[in-house]
Amino acid sequence: MEKITTHTGVGVPLRRSNVDTDQIIPAVYLKRVTRTGFEDALFAAWRGDPDFILNKPEYANGSVLVAGPDFGTGSSREHAVWALKDYGFKVVLASRFADIFRGNSGKQGLVTGILSQENVELLWKLLEAEPGKQVTVSLEDRTVTCGELTVPFEIDDYVRWRLMEGLDDISLTLKHEEDITAFEATRDAWRPKTLPAKTEPKQHVVAARPAQ
Amino acid sequence: MGNTLAEKLWRDHLVTKGEDGAPDLIYIDLHMCHEVTSPQAFEGLRLAGRQVRRPDLTIATEDHNTPTLNIDLPIADETSRIQINTLRDNAKEFGVRIHSLGDADQGVVHVVGPQLGLTMPGMTVVCGDSHTSTHGAFGALAFGIGTSEVEHVLATQTLPLKEFKTMAINVNGTLPKGTTAKDVILAVIAKIGTGGGQGYVLEYRGEAIRSLSMEARMTICNMSIEAGARAGLIAPDETTFEYVKGRPHAPEGSDWDAAVEYWKTLVTDDDAVFDTEVDLDASELEPFVTWGTNPGQGLPLSATVPNPEDFPEESDRTAAENALTYMGLTPGTKLRDLDIDTVFLGSCTNGRIEDLRAAADIIKGRSKAQNTRFLVVPGSARVRLQAEAEGLDKVFIDFGAEWRNAGCSMCLGMNPDQLKPQERSASTSNRNFEGRQGKGGRTHLVSPLVAAATAVRGTLSSPDDLEDAPAALV
Repeated sequence: MEKITTHTGVGVPLRRSNVDTDQIIPAVYLKRVTRTGFEDALFAAWRGDPDFILNKPEYANGSVLVAGPDFGTGSSREHAVWALKDYGFKVVLASRFADIFRGNSGKQGLVTGILSQENVELLWKLLEAEPGKQVTVSLEDRTVTCGELTVPFEIDDYVRWRLMEGLDDISLTLKHEEDITAFEATRDAWRPKTLPAKTEPKQHVVAARPAQ
Repeated sequence: MGNTLAEKLWRDHLVTKGEDGAPDLIYIDLHMCHEVTSPQAFEGLRLAGRQVRRPDLTIATEDHNTPTLNIDLPIADETSRIQINTLRDNAKEFGVRIHSLGDADQGVVHVVGPQLGLTMPGMTVVCGDSHTSTHGAFGALAFGIGTSEVEHVLATQTLPLKEFKTMAINVNGTLPKGTTAKDVILAVIAKIGTGGGQGYVLEYRGEAIRSLSMEARMTICNMSIEAGARAGLIAPDETTFEYVKGRPHAPEGSDWDAAVEYWKTLVTDDDAVFDTEVDLDASELEPFVTWGTNPGQGLPLSATVPNPEDFPEESDRTAAENALTYMGLTPGTKLRDLDIDTVFLGSCTNGRIEDLRAAADIIKGRSKAQNTRFLVVPGSARVRLQAEAEGLDKVFIDFGAEWRNAGCSMCLGMNPDQLKPQERSASTSNRNFEGRQGKGGRTHLVSPLVAAATAVRGTLSSPDDLEDAPAALV
């Protein structure tokens, strides 16, 4: 994973609360089996609206999204993070994030910074007053700077360290392989195994047909 | 000081305790996979030259993309077909058990796990699907994960996690007739909000919860995620043990005895302290429906469409305005007056046999509203077979419903079952997000009882709106 310490880019004010992952990427785009190429799917339903913020040329190259509270609620789809990243976003700022979305972002190197809603409003005003204005996000200092305004943001210490070091979780966990093996030796006999497979007797499932 | 149930489950799965702000490493007892969130995870393993550490703790099924008609024919949509074939190929390559379309054990992953007896008290259960919270109904710590975490579990059978906070949801009193687990959870979400549970495991407690069947408990835990929670939990009891006993993977003999002995310890200690507590009086509940575009925007069916101006918070006001525009609703309209184009009965929330039985009881001997379509989609192929053995399929078909094969179906618009733009649904599923059931579609979340009554009348209705309503329900 790429190391991130600071990022500077165009800030995009998204004045919406409860932006769920179905809005970030509708389900119809989840059928792909690749990990990249989701940029066209980002906010697909809203991008049909000419007034949508990303359709305004000043914001089209945005890389810092400043959103309303409860960003990323709903489905666990990591595609939401991939779509934001593929579009070019490096940072999302909001006063509250859904847990799974925030977790997914950390794994994929998308910074999610928690700001007070008051500071989100200040950023919105600045970014709307001057479309295309740059925002600098420093993981080092945990600050967001936009023109004269510098405000603090919160991020989990461990996630911040991992992002700044560019470390991936699986390699870190595999350092504990002996602990995992030792734990497995203590597991109770009643805990179920999927293999060998056990089922009720096999039965034929009749295929439903379209109504006449 | 004692421990909460969530803390006990955490402690019993702790591989290593994180130091200096690092997360704990938690062992995963059961990992379920489906076609949508797993392809990139298997690809990641392949690229890193890694194996699935415990194929014997892993299971896959096909649900999100699968059609619910003509399942014996090749899947018509090419991208869906490729995704499903990718899952089949990955399962074969990595030695993972899979129940494919047409198999009697195929179905929505959260219906399949419990019915096979793979979900039990005291476990940790994960899946790349937010509705994994369903399995918490057994007293298991069960939560949805993203694709990076799917890959992590496949490779290591563990997850690095920070311990969740705990919230008690005390549902006291007795549920009135005609109200269900779905009404309880919709009321809980309306009360604490879609972000109210963030970072928490919600433990549902109290008299009303104890009296619920396992399937009803699954409905409640299923929608914990809609309150933003990491997981939902209900302490196991005799109802739980009875449900698990005799299922294909249930322990037997001395293993069963040892399991039950342990399971009985899985309760929150009397002197344990939750980080937060919320109380709800079940006796005051009535059928609950959503009017907006998130599951927290719900009201009793007897209410009217709210006026955005009545919300004190600006963000709630804006959200309500956006929701009413999208939903095509005017403040003050009675919810009961809303015409419904499509009724959907199914999903991991309400697609189990009891849900089908409850709906069938209401519609039996009646006929469907002429302009309303009624789609009945069993949660799994086994549920469908069971319903057919009980003759429920005939009740639905005689009524004028479409009797389908198992899958996620109209819960989310990634298979052929979708709403058209501006079409209005009454849906027993879990999300009323914009476009969730199809682009431009308008969703009202309801219980199976409301779904059935709505299919009869063609407007949002509860069973007591029906003439000669079944006595058990009014």
